[in-house]
Amino acid sequence: MEPVIKAENLTKQFKDIVAVDQISFNVWAGECFGFLGPNGAGKTSTIRMIYGFSPITNGRLTVFGKDIKQHLREIKTRIGVCQQENNLDPDLTVWENLLVYARYFNLDKKTAQERAQEWLNFMGLAHKRTAPIPELSGGLMRRLVIARALIHNPDLLILDEPTTGLDPQSRHQVWEQLWQLKTKGLCILLTTHYMDEAEQICDRLVIMDHGRILVEGVPSTLIHQHIGGNVIEVENPTSGLLDFLKTKQILYENLSHRLLIHSRDGEKLFRQISGEFCTSGCTLRMATLEDVFLKFTGRGLRE
Amino acid sequence: MNLNSPNSELPTFDSRLRTPNYITWRFIRVWQRNWDVYIKTWKINFLPPILEPIFYLLAFGAGLGYFVGRIPYNGRLISYTAFIAPGLLAINIMQNAFFENTYASYVRMYYQKTFDAIMATPLTVEEIILGELFWGASRSLMATTLMMIILSFFGLLDYPWSLGILPVALLGGLAFGSVAMCFTALMPNIESFNLPVFLFITPMFLFSGTFFPLDQFPLWAQALAWIFPLTHVVELTRALALDSPSLQQLWNLLYLLAFCLIALPLSLRLMVRRLIH
Repeated sequence: MEPVIKAENLTKQFKDIVAVDQISFNVWAGECFGFLGPNGAGKTSTIRMIYGFSPITNGRLTVFGKDIKQHLREIKTRIGVCQQENNLDPDLTVWENLLVYARYFNLDKKTAQERAQEWLNFMGLAHKRTAPIPELSGGLMRRLVIARALIHNPDLLILDEPTTGLDPQSRHQVWEQLWQLKTKGLCILLTTHYMDEAEQICDRLVIMDHGRILVEGVPSTLIHQHIGGNVIEVENPTSGLLDFLKTKQILYENLSHRLLIHSRDGEKLFRQISGEFCTSGCTLRMATLEDVFLKFTGRGLRE
Repeated sequence: MNLNSPNSELPTFDSRLRTPNYITWRFIRVWQRNWDVYIKTWKINFLPPILEPIFYLLAFGAGLGYFVGRIPYNGRLISYTAFIAPGLLAINIMQNAFFENTYASYVRMYYQKTFDAIMATPLTVEEIILGELFWGASRSLMATTLMMIILSFFGLLDYPWSLGILPVALLGGLAFGSVAMCFTALMPNIESFNLPVFLFITPMFLFSGTFFPLDQFPLWAQALAWIFPLTHVVELTRALALDSPSLQQLWNLLYLLAFCLIALPLSLRLMVRRLIH
């Protein structure tokens, strides 16, 4: 089987910075593939190359088995794109936005109307049909952007930070709808810096930083491989605890007032530590994707 | 977008100049989008081309014209009102396309991100801009049509030659729209458009033979005026409106055509440079 997207040594260079530095990855039909990374990691630059906004500097990129340099227009007829900003047409209503967009894909009016109604229903927007865009809430706008991206029934949906800036209710609704789309067999590519989002909907993901892919895999496997099952958090750790961990050769991360101990057999170790070394707070929790993310990208703040 | 250059080096401005995207009829989709928006507020959009000639004719024709008297044109004497009416049509052609493809296109590009949204569809940047340019020219044509109806009521247009003003409106609109689009591609913010309006539109408005005959000028100033595209549009509209087109008008047409052939592709390339990174 041929991958939907195949990138080999994909590189994007702007005037003085290398935004994407020789990355390679495959995205397969029917999966949801995520790009995780801090701001400026190169996620958006990568997907902008995939939906044809940005010419590739070097390397090779094929989508649906076709080279993006030669077949861009053909490829663009089969992908749906939700950019980071809600670029809905504020001069048009909800319904008109969908119909006008369908026309860019050469859908005839009857088909466009049927599809528009179908996706409005699916996205729970049918009651907003005649609403002008500036009256929509952030969550509704985002759902309309997704509906618009689906109007031509694409084989690949690309979302750049689909839930950034949304309230929790709207985020969960968007996830639910993306999940339904995935079960219909749609291939989805998304960027995010929300760990819960990636854990919820991505089958596979890569963590990027400084234009490179640091790690690739299935979320649960990544957590298990790189962190283990649990994390023990100790507030104001004593020097006795640090000595104990060093002699036992247990990995930990020291954040001055808080100690994070990654552990595979968490409960046994937790009982020992909380019994012998803990004075104040000491908690045991499940390892999350955030632990993996911070392990690979560090805790330094980004511009 | 560098479609035709496999194994290309860094996509610099120059390499993109050599490999423009091919353009298809799909640009009409952008025109349709703008038409849909325009027609929603048609009452407001129709008003300026109807009222403007009435204001001007009152102020200049009835007011100023009283002092000016008659003006020699092509070996005959005509009223001042008859002299400026084709000038008003020409200015109208210039302004509609120019303002559409500066301020309005800039708002769609920069504030509304409409171009970004369309770029994610099968359309290319070149097709989007071409659609915008034809839309600008169409606005010139529509405004000219409305204005001609009003001027005809005053008996200021001779038919059937005056009908020739309609294709002139389209060609002139394309010329001014293309220049406008070049500015749109280069301007860092919307306030900067004051500069081309002040340095390009205002001098043309005044010194292209619109309100007085060019031969009032010293020779060097006349030569300068012939560089302005508006001078050629005025020549055309006046000759057609006053029923006296001659071979001279063929040169006016050729000038406008040549102007479009330079300015239009240039505007496409400048916009590709602005939008594709």
